[in-house]
Amino acid sequence: MKKLINTPESVLEDALAGVAAAHPELAVDVPNRVITRAVRPAAPKVALVSGGGSGHEPLHGGFVGPGMLDAACPGEVFTSPVPDQVLTAARAVDSGAGVLLVVKNYTGDVMNFRLAAELAAEEGIEVRTVLVDDDVAVEDSTWTAGRRGTGATVLVEKIAGALAERGAPLAEVAAVGEKVNAASRSFAVALTAATVPAAGKPGFELPEDEIEVGVGIHGEPGRRREKLRPARELAAEVVDTVLADHDLTAGDQVIALVNGLGGTPLLELYIVFGEVAALLAERGVTIARSLVGNFVTSLDMAGFSLTLTKADAGLLELWDAPVATPALHRS
Amino acid sequence: MDHNAGPGSPDPGTAGRGTPEDPALDAPLAEAWIRALAAAVDAHERELTDLDSAIGDGDHGSNLHRGFTAVLAVLDSPDTPGPADAGAVLGRTGRTLISKVGGASGPLYGSAFRAMGAALPPSPATPAEFAGALAAGLAAVRQLGGAGPGDKTLVDAYAPALAAFEQAVAGGAGLARAAEAAAEAAEEGMRATTPLQARKGRASYLGPRSIGHQDPGATSTALLFRTLADVTG
Repeated sequence: MKKLINTPESVLEDALAGVAAAHPELAVDVPNRVITRAVRPAAPKVALVSGGGSGHEPLHGGFVGPGMLDAACPGEVFTSPVPDQVLTAARAVDSGAGVLLVVKNYTGDVMNFRLAAELAAEEGIEVRTVLVDDDVAVEDSTWTAGRRGTGATVLVEKIAGALAERGAPLAEVAAVGEKVNAASRSFAVALTAATVPAAGKPGFELPEDEIEVGVGIHGEPGRRREKLRPARELAAEVVDTVLADHDLTAGDQVIALVNGLGGTPLLELYIVFGEVAALLAERGVTIARSLVGNFVTSLDMAGFSLTLTKADAGLLELWDAPVATPALHRS
Repeated sequence: MDHNAGPGSPDPGTAGRGTPEDPALDAPLAEAWIRALAAAVDAHERELTDLDSAIGDGDHGSNLHRGFTAVLAVLDSPDTPGPADAGAVLGRTGRTLISKVGGASGPLYGSAFRAMGAALPPSPATPAEFAGALAAGLAAVRQLGGAGPGDKTLVDAYAPALAAFEQAVAGGAGLARAAEAAAEAAEEGMRATTPLQARKGRASYLGPRSIGHQDPGATSTALLFRTLADVTG
């Protein structure tokens, strides 16, 4: 393992210290592992709190700022935050209008956020939760823990964050978050496995010429292994897979996210995006807005995910609203 | 080590409240159990992580180790009041696990110990009262995680262990014999998870590929009951 770390045990603290040094617009509570905006919103508003395991940067701390999250709770690498963190964050950012928790559908995240929500409710903080479960690699059946939450998290946080910034009540902010999630589907392909610092070795073995199709953001196995093929063919397979589980038809508009998993250069992500755009054009689906880059990563895993969110005028307007965070900004 | 030597020990011979040969669950014994479990987690950290690497995300051992390191720190802290009763020791253990572990194992084990602690009477618990606490722990796990028998989770070790404990107590067994029966049933349940297909947690994403691997959560639960048998036997 070659990593730019001090010790495997201090990865999170050391990274949070760096976030604090780099971003004076954020307030970083290193001991409690909570990142909030340094300047609180002037008027009472619904507060958005998200979090999850570390190793998915810029998710979630990189999306704290006006127009998006009010607080983020980074857990240990690939391990959900603990309820105390979420409660600390909720207390810090609740202005009386309530708190929306954005949670990815992973067993640990669901349980820890649920305990936190109960604790916050006991303290009189009004809490709602939006569960993100967009990954079509996993069947949403009673035989699994349900579909995983991945790339759509960015869209849920951005769009719900924009509505919260406008002063909408908690029920409406939660509803738009659920709407974005329901309109989103994602699918990922890994070219290499990630190495968790504490483990010191790749999370799974993948031969040089093979890829994991349908991989999860912690390196959970996907649907199958197969030989690496040109980007055009991989993009076609990913688009087909996403569309097979989506109700998109000719004439629909989408927000398209081609997301790097951490170890793939932008050059390659743009190659993929070009292919995706051509394939969607063939089907009459319009890419109304696009996003290309590393947003929901898996440490140093190479590969990409595609997220397509069916968008109407209302969602697009919220998508276009100003945002000022380390990883996403638009004036 | 004589676990009945502590200040909270019951009077030997009190009916159902323990004897030197068959102790009741009092605060010193509860603390001895937690310390033994922490030592077992330390000794088996690599094994738990390797089992989890095969079908999960490879952090079960390190997460539980982090949690029980924090539990020991709480037990050893001069700021922690001396153990008044077993329920307080178990409840404190549960709260510490919830606040330090994260992932799925933190809330599941944390809630189990909190529920056990809340269900115990303030005095040393009889075997029947402890059986009730163990049942409350399982109920908390099942309510939070939603898993049932056969889902390839810690429930597959915990549920048979509880049943064996209850059956032994109903048959007149004391704490030591009931705990030994529970430990054996937990280990059998643990081994029986190998051929199952996971339906909960990250292992469920493997589908049929999870078959053939022993469940890491059932394995740590077997440690929980084995250490209980060790400190009571």
